Formats: sequence, structure tokens, C-alpha cells
Amino acid sequence: MSAKILIVAEHDGTRLNVSTAKCVSCARAVAGAEITVVVCAAAAAPLAAQAAQIAGVARVLTVENPANAHALAAVLAPQLAALAAPFNLILGPSTTFGKDLMARIAGLLGAPQVSDIMALESATRFRRPIYAGNAILTVEADGAARVVGTVRMASFEAAGGGGAAAIEKAAVSAELPTHTRFISVSAAKSDRPDLQTAAKVISGGRALGSAEGFRILYSLADKIGAAVGASRAAVDAGFAPNEMQVGQTGKIIAPELYVAIGISGAIQHLTGIKDARTIVAINKDGEAPIFEVADFGLVGDLFQIIPEIEKLV
Amino acid sequence: MKRILVGIKRVVDFNVRIRVKPDGTGVVTDGVKMSVNPFDEIALEEALRIKERGGAAEVVVATVGPADCQQQLRSALAMGADRALHVQADGIIEPLVAARALLKLIEREQPFLVILGKQAIDDDNGQTGQVLAALWNRPQATYASKLELVGEGTARVTREVDAGLETLEVDLPAVITTDLRLNEPRYVKLPDIMKAKKKPLDTLTLAALGVEQRQQLKLVKFEPPLQRQKGVRVKDAAELVEQLKKKGLL
Repeated sequence: MSAKILIVAEHDGTRLNVSTAKCVSCARAVAGAEITVVVCAAAAAPLAAQAAQIAGVARVLTVENPANAHALAAVLAPQLAALAAPFNLILGPSTTFGKDLMARIAGLLGAPQVSDIMALESATRFRRPIYAGNAILTVEADGAARVVGTVRMASFEAAGGGGAAAIEKAAVSAELPTHTRFISVSAAKSDRPDLQTAAKVISGGRALGSAEGFRILYSLADKIGAAVGASRAAVDAGFAPNEMQVGQTGKIIAPELYVAIGISGAIQHLTGIKDARTIVAINKDGEAPIFEVADFGLVGDLFQIIPEIEKLV
Repeated sequence: MKRILVGIKRVVDFNVRIRVKPDGTGVVTDGVKMSVNPFDEIALEEALRIKERGGAAEVVVATVGPADCQQQLRSALAMGADRALHVQADGIIEPLVAARALLKLIEREQPFLVILGKQAIDDDNGQTGQVLAALWNRPQATYASKLELVGEGTARVTREVDAGLETLEVDLPAVITTDLRLNEPRYVKLPDIMKAKKKPLDTLTLAALGVEQRQQLKLVKFEPPLQRQKGVRVKDAAELVEQLKKKGLL
């Protein structure tokens, strides 16, 4: 019997997040899996059309409800749990959206959840990082009727386009709570590439000294088309906003090029970048742990080096 | 009584370098320093601050795990919790089992707020708060970086999400899970450690609470991660740029 996999789409109301196509890649590791994507939204049609194009998707379900305008786990989970019965595996991205939502679905189903799936060996056997990536654990779901999982974004490439899945409206009868209300979301608007999907990322640490100090990073990033990240220390110090944090408790990324500037390389930070293709470290302390993982290391004064690099590229 | 319930977990201290056992059956924990999960310390600190502002009358701390967990409960009492509940259980406690046990404690204690860490730094599951909120059929506000009680029955929570900061309003009771920037936990002073020895610590069992200790995920094997190869040092910006251009990265 082929595995039936349901993927919960992440979106901002108009555009599907690339995390959905990454979940599809993860699901395609199960040979012969029948992959369904579900889109919960206030207006689902344009999002469903995007999901239908992802290669490997057999079917797209839409669940339309004005209450789905904002992604509230308490509101979405009962609708998704009501759809779960025919599926063996229910996947969502290991983003703040998916981490918040999927475990609530697992709770409603009484199902086990596998968090941060980095490899899927079968529909019931998974590999995932634990201890901030310092150990890799293989788990097997023994006899559970269904399993919930979140997919580690840095471990999968987005599935391509060109698909033409059938789109169906799903009829869901679930009582939706009103005890949780969306008030606002504040995010700095940026023209730079998205940190989670950028091919190049430049990150700064506490050595930048101030929010002003980060300007030399922004300037270089704009010149080479990179996204900008920050260490926890830099975010804690108020040099950069929280959405820029890279590491175990921030974003886990896998760019082609990662440049760590003035970042010492705490284990929690390294967890967030160990899948980067090439790592560059620039730090005045030649003993900093970041050099242990860097492909190219440069010891020196970042305030001198960064403008020099900017002139050379 | 206005009560806050805080869940804590005993974990390998965050400063310990983790080593996988050669036979792949787990990580080395013999003789290793154990601590309260850092996110749970933040949860307790937040509860204590609410109490100190007059927003709660009592802070109860709870854990599910083996006898050794009482050390961490004592640490929590030394930090300022009023009393502790230890649900004794050996072996693997999956998030669903922990959440079912916490729900039983909620039924007994009737807290208006439950605060947990967003994840434990050992298994990195990040599930218990959400599973508990689902079983309880109450609101959840995960990854909180700011928590304000508004009037009698609601809370406003600022959450750290991928897009930035999201604000939710939730009716109480609710489950909150903490992110790093919610607060900085206090240091424990020696007299508080002495005082904590006299605070009440009740021991219960999963069986007495009517919770079955099911394990739905078998831990097949533990492996060390692939190590990155150490790279090269370059002498200046020009050499760095040249190397990166050679690899087609610039």
C-alpha cells in the first residue's frame, strides 16, 4: 500500500512560502507516496493554483474560512485534524508557523510527532538532529496509525514546478475557537533577499558594536545581493531585529555562501549554519571557534576588511 | 487562588559538549552536569515576575521524570517557586505523555496561566506546550518575547516568528511557551537554596494520575553528526575575494 502524505501549506495570504515545496521534496523521498497539499486560507484559489504546480503533488485541498485569514494554530489545528483520517503522514515545515501548528495537530490526533526531519527513510522511519545538532537520531514510528512531522528546511531543496494537480474544496466541520485573536505583526520591510532562501548570507555578531556598525554589512550585502543575518548576541544587544537571528533558536539556513563577521561561533550559532556550502569567517580573534568550521578564515579588524572587500567585488 | 503552573525539564547543561555513545544507544550522560532546561528557567522567571507584580498568588513548578529530577525542582524552588510537583516516571517520556500528565495537574491545580519553555535543549522536540494546549482545548502563544496580562481574563503576547514580531490576544487560561528574549532569569542566592529545602515537594506517579506511559517512537540509533573539514586561512581581503571568485561565489 502506498503511503498517503498530507502537507500543510504555509503562505502569507497571497503567496505560497517556499517551505511548502521543500516539504514536498521531503515527502517524495517515500517511493510511490501519494502527496496531497492542503491550503487553509480566507481566499484559497490563488494559493491552491501555486500549490498545484509543485512537481510531485497529486492533489490540492482547499479549506476556505474567513477565520483562516491569519495563521492561528488554535483555529487551524481542528480543521486539519478533521482532514487527517485518510493520511499516514502529515507534514508541515519546521518554521515558526509549522512548529506552532503541527504539534497542536499531533495533540488533537494523539499522534506522535517527529520534529525537524532531515531525512525520511520510509513513511515511518526518520532522521532528525537533537542536542542542537550534536547528535543525529533515527526514529521509527511503531504501529502508530498516523505520524505528524515537521520538515527541517535546510535539509531539502524546493521541489520544482510544472505540476498540474487537481484542486478540490474540502468540506470540514470543526468547531473553531474564538479564544485566540490576531492583533498585529510587525516586520521591517526589506528589499534584500529573504534570509531563509538567499544563496548568500552575511551575518554580524556583537563585534559590530552597534546597530550603526551593522551598516557596513548592509552595504556589502547590497553590493553582492546577499541577505543579512545576526548572531544571538547581536540581537540581544539590540543591533539587529529578532527575525535576523541565525542559530538553534533562530533560523537554520543552508546558503551557498555564508560570511560570519565578528561572530565567535557558539555551538548554538553553528547549528544554524552547518549546512551552508561555503563558510567564511572574519574575526579579530584567531582562536574563535567559528574558524573550526570555516572554509576560509581571515583574522583581522572587520571595520577595515569589510570596506576593502566591498571595493574588490 | 490565582496560580501559575510552570513546567520544567532536567536536561544536560547547555555548556556540556555532547558525545554520542560508541554503541549508538544514546549520548553520554554519566557524570555530566545536569540543569533546568534554559527555556524553562525563563518560564519560571516570568511567572515569578508576574507574582511579584501582584498578578498571581502562587507559582507551582512541575516536572515529569525520574527521581533525580528533584534536584532541578529544588533549583526552581530556590529561584522562588512556592511548591513543586514531581510526577515520577523512568524511561522515555514523549511530549504526549508529558502533556497528559500536565493536564492532570492542571485539573488539580486550576492555574490561570501555564508557562513552559518553547523546547528542551536535549531532544529539541518543541512540542509539549502545543500538545498540552490542544488536549486542554485552550489558547497557545508560543515563542513569547513579551507577556502582558490585560484586565482579568486576557493576555497579550508578543511572539518571535520568522516574519518578525506577532502579537496575539488570548483568553485565559492559556499555555504560553517562552523564547530567549522574554527575560533574563535571576541568580539564586545561598539563603534561597537553604529556604528551598523546606518548601513543599509532592511526589506523584503517572499511574496515580491515570496516564499511560506509551512510547510511540522507537529510538533506533544515535550517531555523531558529519564534521565539516577545517578550511584554510587567507592573508587579506584581496586573497579572500580571489578565492571566492574562483569558486564562483562572488
